[in-house]
Amino acid sequence: RTKTQNFCRNEYNLTGLCNRSSCPLANSQYATIREEKGRCYLYMKVIERAPFPRRLWERVLLSKNYEKALEEIDENLIYWPRFLRHKCKQRFTKITQYLIRIRKLTLKRQRKLVPLRRKIERREKRREEKALIAAQLDNAIEKELLERLKQDTYGDIYNFPIHAFDKALQQQDAESESESEAEKEEDDEDMDKREFVEADDSDLSDFEDMDKLETSSEEEQEEEEEVEEKASHSKSKGKTPLKGPARRKRPYIEIEYEEETEPTTKTK
Amino acid sequence: APPKAIPKTIENQRVYDETTVDPNDEEVAFDEATDEFAPYFNRQTVPKILITTSDRPRGRTVRFCEQLSSVIPNSHVYYRRGLALKRIIPQCIARDFTDLMVINEDRKIPNGLVLSHLPDGPTAHFRMSSVRLRKEIKPTEHAPEVILNNFTTRLGHSIGRMFASLFPHDPQFIGRQVATFHNQRDYIFFRFHRYIFKSEKKVGIQELGPRFTLKLMSLQKGTFDSKFGEYEWIHKRREMDTSRRKFHL
Repeated sequence: RTKTQNFCRNEYNLTGLCNRSSCPLANSQYATIREEKGRCYLYMKVIERAPFPRRLWERVLLSKNYEKALEEIDENLIYWPRFLRHKCKQRFTKITQYLIRIRKLTLKRQRKLVPLRRKIERREKRREEKALIAAQLDNAIEKELLERLKQDTYGDIYNFPIHAFDKALQQQDAESESESEAEKEEDDEDMDKREFVEADDSDLSDFEDMDKLETSSEEEQEEEEEVEEKASHSKSKGKTPLKGPARRKRPYIEIEYEEETEPTTKTK
Repeated sequence: APPKAIPKTIENQRVYDETTVDPNDEEVAFDEATDEFAPYFNRQTVPKILITTSDRPRGRTVRFCEQLSSVIPNSHVYYRRGLALKRIIPQCIARDFTDLMVINEDRKIPNGLVLSHLPDGPTAHFRMSSVRLRKEIKPTEHAPEVILNNFTTRLGHSIGRMFASLFPHDPQFIGRQVATFHNQRDYIFFRFHRYIFKSEKKVGIQELGPRFTLKLMSLQKGTFDSKFGEYEWIHKRREMDTSRRKFHL
């Protein structure tokens, strides 16, 4: 309902508004356009058929051709009041326009709305949370990585001279020999490897061979070192939003780097 | 005193699924050699991925797409302005893409993922939930390693291979990055970490990159086709959600 006009609920209404001039009940001579399954019909009501409700509305199929249909309306509603004729044609125009639009839309992709069900959604959410807890992702990932390390998928990048570590704790001389041997054997130049090697050597900067090896590896890997420093610094900037276990480990990692850089600068 | 009992978990009580893959199963090995991922696993094709969204992506989805593309090497993000998927697919094939990912969004958050392997490969439709965007740290451009955990059944196996085919074959270990797809009770958790070995028995991981969980809704044999496609597996709520201990992936 607008302020000045009501809508008419009668399905035979021509304009859709409830007026004296456009009510099918109020006028004994009336015409409408209605469409069924994409075809338009002209419905007409005349006084002569007023006592026969079944035969009251006469139906005429209009042609699919727009102009021809307009002519048909005209010839059927000849001698009818201008108002009805005009409104009929207007309504027919509107109807054809929306039929065209429907046909166009069905060709394009149509969006299908699938209703979400609240209960199911809640159930899924809860199950997901429980699954997350059961999964223990961090542990699983760590285990997997360690397994891959053991199975040598990484090749010789990572060097963990555990034996060397043990000996270092016991005796320094015996340790230096074994470490120098270890170094000569594992002579690949990779960043991580260099970390551990130099950490071992921090105590033993006197030994000549080791110095030579150190300097050579230094020169080659100075740039990598700087890159790593930058990497560690960038990691430090992003430190705060990390999770707990990572946070514990980060200061540890930084200390390692610091130790390494200090001896190299000293030996320089 | 009685010995300590093993606690019953859902994983322990899981209903035995007859399609569980046995590592030594010949049939499975033969299947895998001849299915759609064979060219990938035989190193004939290099993965190239197209990431796109549904119409009119909103802020979070856009950012998520960008982050995803930084996680997966050799991936491109293209916006879709009302283009029909059926028409995109032949274009993609012509331009040599191996995979297509469509991120569906709802109320400004991504909530669905359609992953299809392109030259005629299977299409998987997932429901995505709990999406967390990345905070500050960016992954480098090295190829990450891939970890696929817990994909036991035949179905899980094929989905796992689908994920594996997104990433290039040779992970660059220098990058020390790892992308993990962990399947637990039919939910696939995706995480992206950078690891560092502190000693032989200890590894530290640092989470970078987005994280999300996926639940498989359906798997189709051919490329994306909602009307005529042949579905290999659909999640039927009534039948499959009845038992708490039965999982399909």
